[in-house]
Amino acid sequence: MNARGRLIVYPDRPHHAFNIMIHTVHPGEPSADTAHTAKTRLIQALAEILPPASLLTAEEELRPYECDALSAYRRLPLAVVLPETEAQVLAILKVCHATKTPVVPRGAGTGLSAGALPHPEGIVLSLARLNRILAIDPLARTAVVQPGVRNLAVSEAAAPHHLYYAPDPSSQIACSIGGNVAENSGGVHCLKYGLTLHNVLRVRAITLSGEIVEFGHHALDAPGYDLLALMIGSEGLLAVVTEVILKLLPKPQTARVILASFADVRAAGEAVAAIIGSGIIPAGLELMDQATTRAVEPFVNAGYDLNAAAILLCESDGTPETVEEEITRMRVVLENNGATAVRVSRNEAERQLFWAGRKAAFPAAGRISPDYYCMDGTIPRQHVATMLSDIAQMEREYGLRCINVFHAGDGNLHPLILYDANRSGEFERTEAFGAAILKRSIELGGTISGEHGVGFEKIDAMCGQFSPDELDVFHAVKQAFDPDGLLNPGKAIPTLQRCAELGRMHIHQGQQKFPELERF
Amino acid sequence: MSMDALNLFRGQILEWQPLCIRGSGSKDFYGGPLVGQVLDTRPYSGIVHYEPTELVITARCGTPLSEVESALARYQQHLAFEPPHFGHATLGGMVASGLSGPTRAALGSLRDHVLGVRIMDGEGRVLRFGGEVMKNVAGFDVSRLMVGALGTLGLILEVSLKVMPMPLAEASLRFEISQDEALTTMNRWAGEPWPLVASAWENGLMTVRLAGAHAAVAAACQTLGGDRLEPLSARQFWQGLREQTSAFFAGNQPIWRLSLPSIAPPIALSGPILIEWGGSQRWLQSDAHPDLIREVATQNGGHATLFRGSKARDDIFTPPSAPLMEIHRRLKQRFDPHQVFNRGRLYPEF
Repeated sequence: MNARGRLIVYPDRPHHAFNIMIHTVHPGEPSADTAHTAKTRLIQALAEILPPASLLTAEEELRPYECDALSAYRRLPLAVVLPETEAQVLAILKVCHATKTPVVPRGAGTGLSAGALPHPEGIVLSLARLNRILAIDPLARTAVVQPGVRNLAVSEAAAPHHLYYAPDPSSQIACSIGGNVAENSGGVHCLKYGLTLHNVLRVRAITLSGEIVEFGHHALDAPGYDLLALMIGSEGLLAVVTEVILKLLPKPQTARVILASFADVRAAGEAVAAIIGSGIIPAGLELMDQATTRAVEPFVNAGYDLNAAAILLCESDGTPETVEEEITRMRVVLENNGATAVRVSRNEAERQLFWAGRKAAFPAAGRISPDYYCMDGTIPRQHVATMLSDIAQMEREYGLRCINVFHAGDGNLHPLILYDANRSGEFERTEAFGAAILKRSIELGGTISGEHGVGFEKIDAMCGQFSPDELDVFHAVKQAFDPDGLLNPGKAIPTLQRCAELGRMHIHQGQQKFPELERF
Repeated sequence: MSMDALNLFRGQILEWQPLCIRGSGSKDFYGGPLVGQVLDTRPYSGIVHYEPTELVITARCGTPLSEVESALARYQQHLAFEPPHFGHATLGGMVASGLSGPTRAALGSLRDHVLGVRIMDGEGRVLRFGGEVMKNVAGFDVSRLMVGALGTLGLILEVSLKVMPMPLAEASLRFEISQDEALTTMNRWAGEPWPLVASAWENGLMTVRLAGAHAAVAAACQTLGGDRLEPLSARQFWQGLREQTSAFFAGNQPIWRLSLPSIAPPIALSGPILIEWGGSQRWLQSDAHPDLIREVATQNGGHATLFRGSKARDDIFTPPSAPLMEIHRRLKQRFDPHQVFNRGRLYPEF
C-alpha cells in the first residue's frame, strides 16, 4: 500500500540485510553448496506431501509473495506452500520441524507491518486456500471458519440470520480471519464492539512441532491459562491457525452519523472527551484533520467543511429508539463543545457519503502523493492535540507532509506521511519521521502499534517500549509455544542484542517522576 | 510506603519459599489448597490514575474493589463485568481469579476489560505489559494471561481496566418458563437487537435484565412482556447472583460451575440447577463423583470447575490437553522458576 511497487534496499540495516537475490549458488563455495542441497531436499520433501499446484518454487511464482501490503520491505522465500486441508498444514509443519526450516504464515497479505515478509531461508505458508466457512449456528450466534475466509465473507454469510461479525478493519473486503487473529485487528467500530480478541471463542492451531491444539473453547471460557489471549495478536509467532470459532452479533437495526466541524484540533479533541464523559459509547468516532478532508473531498464529494481545522464523525447504532436518543444527546454535547457546524445523516445513503471520505483517506493519499507511509501509534485521547501539533512540527523538521486520520474514540492515530520513493533519501527521512511519531506515542503513555502489528517494520521501536526483562518474557512466551524458534522468526520481538546495538533506551512510558505518590 | 511494600514483596519472594498471595482472603475457598507463608497485598493499595473521559482506571493490587467502584460511580461509570466481592475483594484477587458477574455474556468478561498490568515475577523483577490505551498490539498479550492464573505466574502489582458508563435506564423482567424453553428463549433474544445485558433461570423462572437508552429499554419491555420487577427487588436479585448470596448458594453441598456452549441442552445430572449468562454458565449443586460431572460437561462441549465446598481441593479445575499443559509448564517455569507463587492453587503439579 505504501511505497507501492518500489524496491528499496537498506544496506545499513543491522541483521536484516534484504536478500533480494537469495541463494544464488556460487560454485566452489561449500556453504552455498550446502544451502543449495538443503533447499533441494526441503522442496523434495514438500513435493512428496503436496500436489504440484500447492507448491511454488519458481522465482516468478514467488514474486507475488515477496511482501505484504507494506511493500517497502521485500524478500523472496525458498518456496511458497498453499495447503488446502489441515492435514496438509500438519504435514508441512512436520517437514519444516524436521529440517529446521523457518515458516512464515500468511493470510491475505493485507498486513501493514511486514509481518508476512518472507524469510530467505524459509517458506511462506499461505492459508489462503483454507477458505471455507464450516458452520454458522444462528441460535448459538457462532461461525466456524477456516483461517483463509475473508472477514467480510463472514458477515455476508451471517446476514440471512440478521447477524454479523463485528470487527471491521478497513481491509475487510480482502483480509482474512487468520490474519485478523494474528494481528488482533480492530476497525472503526471497536470502541463499542471490541477487537478480534473480544469476538473469538476458540482458535484451533498447529504448533511448529506438529501438535494440534485448541485455545479457548466452545464455551465462553476455557480451563487453565488464557492462552487464547496470547494467540490473538501473536503475529504468527506461536502456532499456525487452522480453524476459528467467531462470535456473531445481532445486526444493529439502524445507524446514523453526525458530521461536526471544528475551528481547531484541540477543540475537536475536547469534544471527543466530552462525548465519552457524557456516558455515550459511540459506535464510531473518527477524526480527520484539514489536510485529510482537503485531500479526500475532490474524490468523494462528501460535502466536508474544508475550512474546518478538523472534523469529527460520530456514529450511533442500535434500535431506532437508541439511535434517536444518542444522536440527540451527542449533538447537544458537540454544539456545547465548540462545534462550528453539525450535520446529521438523514438516511443511509447520506450516512455512507459522510463515511466515504474517511474510508477513502488511504486511496486519496495515494492519489495526491506518489507514496505514503501509514503509522499506527495509540495514545491516551487527552493528548490528541499535543500529538497533532508535534506532528505538524515534525513535518517542517523532516520536510515532508503528513495527513492525519484518527480513531478518536480509542486513541489510535494513523498519520499518513506523504513521500516520493524515487527521490533519493526521501524514504529514509520518512522512516525517521515515522520513528519519531512512535517515540512520541510511547512518551505520551501510548503504544507503537494499535492494530497493525509490529511485524518487521516496527521491531526496533519495540526496544523503546519494553525493558530488556519484558522483552525476555516475550522470548520465553515464544519458546513455550515454539522452542525451535522457527515460526515467523525475526518479527515482532527484537533480540536483546539488537536493542543493545541500536542503543535504544527503554522509554519509561507514561511514568511520572515520583511513582510512589498517590495521584488520584 | 508503597515503595516499602514493593521492597517487602521482593524480600519475601527472594527467600524462594512457597508464598500464598492474598488480599482480603475473600476467595480463600476458591481453587486448590492455600500453601506457604501469606504475602499480604493490602499494603500496596490505592488508585494510581483515573481519567473518566479516557475510560480507564489504574489501581494497585491491594485496593478494595469497593473503593474502585465508588470512585467510578462519582462519574457514573462502572466495571461492566460486575465482578463479585465475596466480602472485601481486592483488585489483585479479582484479576487473579478472573471471575465475572451476571453481565459477562452480553458485556464481556473481566479479561476483556484488562488493558495492562504491572507484575513482580518469581525473581522479584517488576514488569509491565499492555498499558492504559484501548488498542495495543505491541508484544504478546501477557496482561490478559494473568487473568484467572490464580497468581501462579506472578504477583499482580497494578492493573489498568477499561471502564464503561453506567446505563441510563434498566429494567428486569420475569417469565414463568421451563428450563428447555428458557435456554431457547435466552439464545434467541441474544441474537435479536434487544438491550439485553443479563439473563438467569432457576426453578421455573427466567429473569432478564435490559439496560441502555431510556426509550430502548421501554420499547423492549413492551415487546418482551413478562412481569417487571420492582427496582429494589431487581437489584437484590442480581446482587444475589453476583455475590452468591441467593438461596441457591446456601448450604454445604459442593457447588459446580459448568461452562458450556449457550445452546447446550439441560444437563443430565441430578441436583439443583441455576443458569446464567444466556445458558453459558450453569451452577449445579451435587455431590456426584467429579469424573461423572466432568464427563457430562465434556459431552456437552464444555468444562466443569468444582467452585466451592470441596474437601480435598486437589481436583478443582479441568486439566488442559497434554500439549497445552506442556505450554503451561514452560510459562510457569519462566515466570516463577523457583515455584514460589501459589503452589497447587491452579493445578496440583504447579
